[in-house]
Amino acid sequence: MSTATITPKGPGTLRGARLPKWSPYAIAAGSIALAVGIGLAGGLHSRVQWGLIAAILYVVGTYAIATAVEGKRQAKDRIATSLVWVAFLLAVIPLASLVWSTVARGLKVLDVYFLTHSMGVVADTEPGGGIYHAILGTLEQVGLATVIAAPIGVLTAIYLVEYGRGRLSQAITFFVDVMTGIPSIVAGLFILSLMLMFDMQPFGFAGSLALAILMMPVVVRSTEEMLKLVPNELREASLALGVPKWRTILKVVLPTSIGGITTGIMLSIARITGETAPVLLLVWGNAFINANPFEGAQASLPLYIYQQYANSAGSGAAYDRAWAASLTLIAFVMLLNLVARGIARWKAPKTGR
Amino acid sequence: MGTPTQITDAPPPAPQPSLDKRAARGATRPGDRIFLGLSRGSGILLLVVMAAIAVFLTYRASLAISKDQGNFLTTFQWDTNLVPPNFGIAVLAFGTVVSSIVAMVIAVPVAVAIALFLTHYAPRRIRGPIAYVIDLLAAVPSIVYGLWGALVLVPNMTGLFGWLNDYFGWTGVFSWEGGAPRSMLTVGILLAIMILPIITNVSREVFRQVPQMHEEAALALGATRWEVIRMAVLPFGRSGVISASMLGLGRALGETMAVATVLSPTFDIQASLLDPGGGTFAQNIASKFGEATEFGRDALIASGLVLFVITLLVNGAARAIIARRKEYSGANA
Repeated sequence: MSTATITPKGPGTLRGARLPKWSPYAIAAGSIALAVGIGLAGGLHSRVQWGLIAAILYVVGTYAIATAVEGKRQAKDRIATSLVWVAFLLAVIPLASLVWSTVARGLKVLDVYFLTHSMGVVADTEPGGGIYHAILGTLEQVGLATVIAAPIGVLTAIYLVEYGRGRLSQAITFFVDVMTGIPSIVAGLFILSLMLMFDMQPFGFAGSLALAILMMPVVVRSTEEMLKLVPNELREASLALGVPKWRTILKVVLPTSIGGITTGIMLSIARITGETAPVLLLVWGNAFINANPFEGAQASLPLYIYQQYANSAGSGAAYDRAWAASLTLIAFVMLLNLVARGIARWKAPKTGR
Repeated sequence: MGTPTQITDAPPPAPQPSLDKRAARGATRPGDRIFLGLSRGSGILLLVVMAAIAVFLTYRASLAISKDQGNFLTTFQWDTNLVPPNFGIAVLAFGTVVSSIVAMVIAVPVAVAIALFLTHYAPRRIRGPIAYVIDLLAAVPSIVYGLWGALVLVPNMTGLFGWLNDYFGWTGVFSWEGGAPRSMLTVGILLAIMILPIITNVSREVFRQVPQMHEEAALALGATRWEVIRMAVLPFGRSGVISASMLGLGRALGETMAVATVLSPTFDIQASLLDPGGGTFAQNIASKFGEATEFGRDALIASGLVLFVITLLVNGAARAIIARRKEYSGANA
């Protein structure tokens, strides 16, 4: 503030010349007009080429004009700004296209009939049929995986945060990190190697085991973060009252962080729901309804999408079903995400801030 | 690392572990003992699972490799049904590396730019919603990306392929004979789109941790916004961006379904990125698994073991960089 009084001269003498605020828009409009002119004159048909020419003209034009008026450094700054914006817009295009095509094509056959019937008597190339068997299979496999992975993951995180000292906890931390990066197909191959040993046929629970391997490290990581957020004062207060440590953990630590833990588990469920590769190896897929995850091949939603795509020999009906199943899967995953985030916000531990 | 271990060996901190041990031994109540046992047990179970993965994969792989007629690392064929079986991973290793490199070359600059956009360029009001949308995109299942890639991206690639062939075909890398664009380049582009959210998210976290003071100091010296980023933000975030990229690389290496739906595989190595052909570890497992005999499955497990080791190395390196950064970063002080 006080420096302003020391330099009573007008600010204009200290500042370089600046381009007016509307200049980027003007340059953009000019380069688009020029690109259209070049495109028409040169007889270029592809609109993509027109866009590229316009983009190049814009970058060159901005650099030249800004260098002339503001100097080289400002010109570089403007180039960087426009490149960052271009990168952002570039990334939006495929993602918007993905969402748009899934919704637009998926809604064609997605109805109550589709959700409540199986592919039992429908050939892959014919219209009709549905995904009831696949939804059932996915829910059972993911449910069993959660029943296995969630308790183990939460208990491991409790060990790491509340008890863990020394080598064992270091080793666990390291290998949890390593496990997070296991490709899903490798987890599938591991269970497959077990099944080959015992000469077993594909069944739903085998898929659950592979999904549980993928889910455990994610649960450990997120639960660990949440437990670390619980203030130590709460633990100390409880212990000072003579409460045993295990009751302190069950009655004080876990209730305080339960919102975050639930969120973490739901996000990891969302992650494994979309896993296709292990299910492809271990559960095999089935056109009929099989409600027993412990015997016989089962269907699964992501696998259904793949098989409709792969077995259809270009039939439009199968592609429609694949899109509709994709939409169902995305809707389910997004719903889990939104609910999880809602819980996180609702039950967020009150930190000092 | 040298000095801290010396300190722990020295006598003074010795009471520390014994105190802890006392605290643990103080758990004489049965409830405490059961609970400690349960939680430690599940931690150990995790380690056992990890060890079992390595052991069983190695065992089944050794069954297959011991009967392999060719060299497992350099053979250009995958004939597991021949009477002396002849198979090798050379083609798969090449395809996996090439598709991942293409994905990284495209994804890393764009992801870093988006992260910068979110932390430094975007209007404040839209930053939150965009970050949220990117989080959601990270949750889109890979099979949906695969379906979209095969049915939407592939038909739209012909224009780009023709253009690349016209102007850069002479390099050999971008030559195109006009087949369906189900090639390594398309796979790389699809993988880039898939790993974009994770690289963006991690980089954004790192850029957000850049000390405000560094940026303000640079601004006070008259730096433009780009100069602030180049001199304060990028040097601080470099290791974070590297580890984010390696996490993305780990994803790209192990991706199965998106590659299996888009690529039309052949078992050979070719210089052109545009002509269909080649294969990756994960894609080969998914597409050969259906008709494989038990021996064929063992061979596929052997190739999966190689993939496992590669991803372990990549992820381990990424984690090591993150861990080192935590120790020395000024942001946590």
